[in-house]
Amino acid sequence: MRPFTYTGTTNRNEALKAFTTTSHYLSGGTNLVDLMKEHVEQPDQLIYVKNLQYNGISKNKDGSYTIGAMRSNADTANHKDIRLYYPLLSMAMLSAATAQIRNMATNGGNLLQRTRCPYFFETSMPCNKREPESGCGALNGVNDQHAIFGYSDNCIATHPSDMCVALAAIGATVEVQKVDGGSRKIDLEDFHRLPGDKPEKDSNLEPGELITHIHLAKPELSNHYAYVKIRERSSYAFALVSVAAGFQIEDEKISKIGLAMGGVAHKPWKLIEAEEFLLGKKPIESNFGKAAELAMKDAKPFEGNRYKVPMGKNAIVRALMQANNIGE
Amino acid sequence: MNEKIKKNSFLTNQIQVSLKINAKNRSLTLDSRTSLLDALREHLELNGTKKGCDHGQCGACTVIMNGKRQLSCLTLAATCEGANVLTIEGLAKKDKMHPMQGAFVKHDGFQCGYCTPGQICSAVALLQEAKDGDASYVTADVRNISKELKLSEEEIRERLSGNICRCGAYNNIVQAFKEVHSADDEMPTWKFATKMQMKSAKRK
Repeated sequence: MRPFTYTGTTNRNEALKAFTTTSHYLSGGTNLVDLMKEHVEQPDQLIYVKNLQYNGISKNKDGSYTIGAMRSNADTANHKDIRLYYPLLSMAMLSAATAQIRNMATNGGNLLQRTRCPYFFETSMPCNKREPESGCGALNGVNDQHAIFGYSDNCIATHPSDMCVALAAIGATVEVQKVDGGSRKIDLEDFHRLPGDKPEKDSNLEPGELITHIHLAKPELSNHYAYVKIRERSSYAFALVSVAAGFQIEDEKISKIGLAMGGVAHKPWKLIEAEEFLLGKKPIESNFGKAAELAMKDAKPFEGNRYKVPMGKNAIVRALMQANNIGE
Repeated sequence: MNEKIKKNSFLTNQIQVSLKINAKNRSLTLDSRTSLLDALREHLELNGTKKGCDHGQCGACTVIMNGKRQLSCLTLAATCEGANVLTIEGLAKKDKMHPMQGAFVKHDGFQCGYCTPGQICSAVALLQEAKDGDASYVTADVRNISKELKLSEEEIRERLSGNICRCGAYNNIVQAFKEVHSADDEMPTWKFATKMQMKSAKRK
C-alpha cells in the first residue's frame, strides 16, 4: 500500500475542508482498503468520515424514509421499519457479501463501490477505468462476468452492488454535501453513469462531494417483493445476474411495480419497458415471461457471457413468481 | 500531532490509537497503513487472529468489534480509536474455554485449524445476532421475524458463509454451532451411502 496521511474527524466541515483532489473519503473501507492494497487506488490522504453524524434512519412526513450514509448495511437491512416497509431493500442488502462485511460497509460506500472486473483489479492489464486510455482487456478477453447492456468500447464492466439494484426498483434520491458548503440531491437513476468515453467516472459526483443521506421513495412496493441473486456459489459471491422485483396488487391486477437488474450493466439497470407492460396485468407466469422477453430484447452479450440472456429472463420470471407467492 | 512524538518519529505517516483489546487498554503508535490485523499480530503479540487472504475473501481474520463481527484485515487500525475489540484470545475465562470453543473441539470443527479462530469469533457473534432476531438472505420473509431465533441448518450455513474452511469441516462446524445455539448435539443428518445404494446408483 502507498503511504498516505490519515485525517480522522467527527466534523463535516473539517472533512470537506481537508479534501484535496488526491484524497479519498474512507467509511467502511471494505472496498477502498482492498483496492489500496492492490495499488488500484493510491490516495495520498484518507479522510475518515464514518464517525460523522449521518447514521440515522428517519421517517418523513409523507411516509417515506431517509437513511444515513454512514449507517452500516447490516444495521440498515435489519432496522425494523426497513424490514417492514422496504423488505426488498432489506433482502437485497442481506444478499450482499457476508455478515462481517455488512457490519462494516456503509450505505454511502455501497453506492460508490467499484467494479469487480478482473482487469480493473490486475494492474499489469489494460483497463480504461483504472488508467484512462490504456484500453479494455475484457472487450476481447475473459468477459464472462461483464455487461450485456449500456456498455461502450471503452469499458464493459458491471456495477457490483445489490443494494443499488433494490434502490433502483424502489426509487431513491441521493443527498450530497458540496465542498462549498451547500447540498444537492441526485436522483438515483442519474447517480451512476454508463461508461461512454469516461469509464474512470463511476458516478456523477463532483470531486469532494460527500454523500450524507439516501432518501427512499414512499414505501409502495412492500406487499410483493423478491430479490433473486444468481451466483457461482450460493453465498459470499457477487451476482452474475440479479433481479429486484416489488409490486402491489389491486383487483387481481398489478397496480404498482418496480423492477431492476444487477450484474448486467455499468449501473443498476431499471427494466422500464417490462414495468410498463406489467402495469394493469394479472400477476401470472405467462405475463411475467412476456415481460422478461421485453426486458432482455436489447441485450448484446459478448462471447463469454451469452448465458446471461437466458439466465436473465429466467431470473426475472423467478423473482416475479417469488414476489407473487411471498407470505403464502 | 504531539510535538514530542513527531520529533522521535521514524514513521512517515504516524498515527496514534488507543483502544481496548480483550478488556485491556492498549495504546499504539503505528504507520497509518497498518491494518487492525497487523496491529494485533505484529505489534501486540496477539497472533491468534489469522491472516488468510488479507483481502476480505476468507474470514480468517474475523474479530468482534464493539459487539459486531468484522474483518480485521480491511479495518485500518487508525479507525479503531476508542473501539472495544474481542479476539479469540479473549473468549476463554482463565482456563475455561468459551462454550463455542469446547463445541468445536467436541465436534471436530476443524482440520488444519487455520480458519478456526475466525470461525469461532464469527459463530460467537452469530449467537447474539440470532438472539436479536436479525434476518438473513434465506429468511423466508424479512417482514415477519421474531427475537430468539432458532436457526435452521440452511440459516446457519448462510450466516456463517463469511468464513471459508478449505479443509471442508463445514458439517462439523454447523454441528458445533447447533450445540451451543440450541443444545442440539445430534450428529449430522447426512450419512455415507451404503454399498447397495452405491450399486443402484451405478446401474442408472
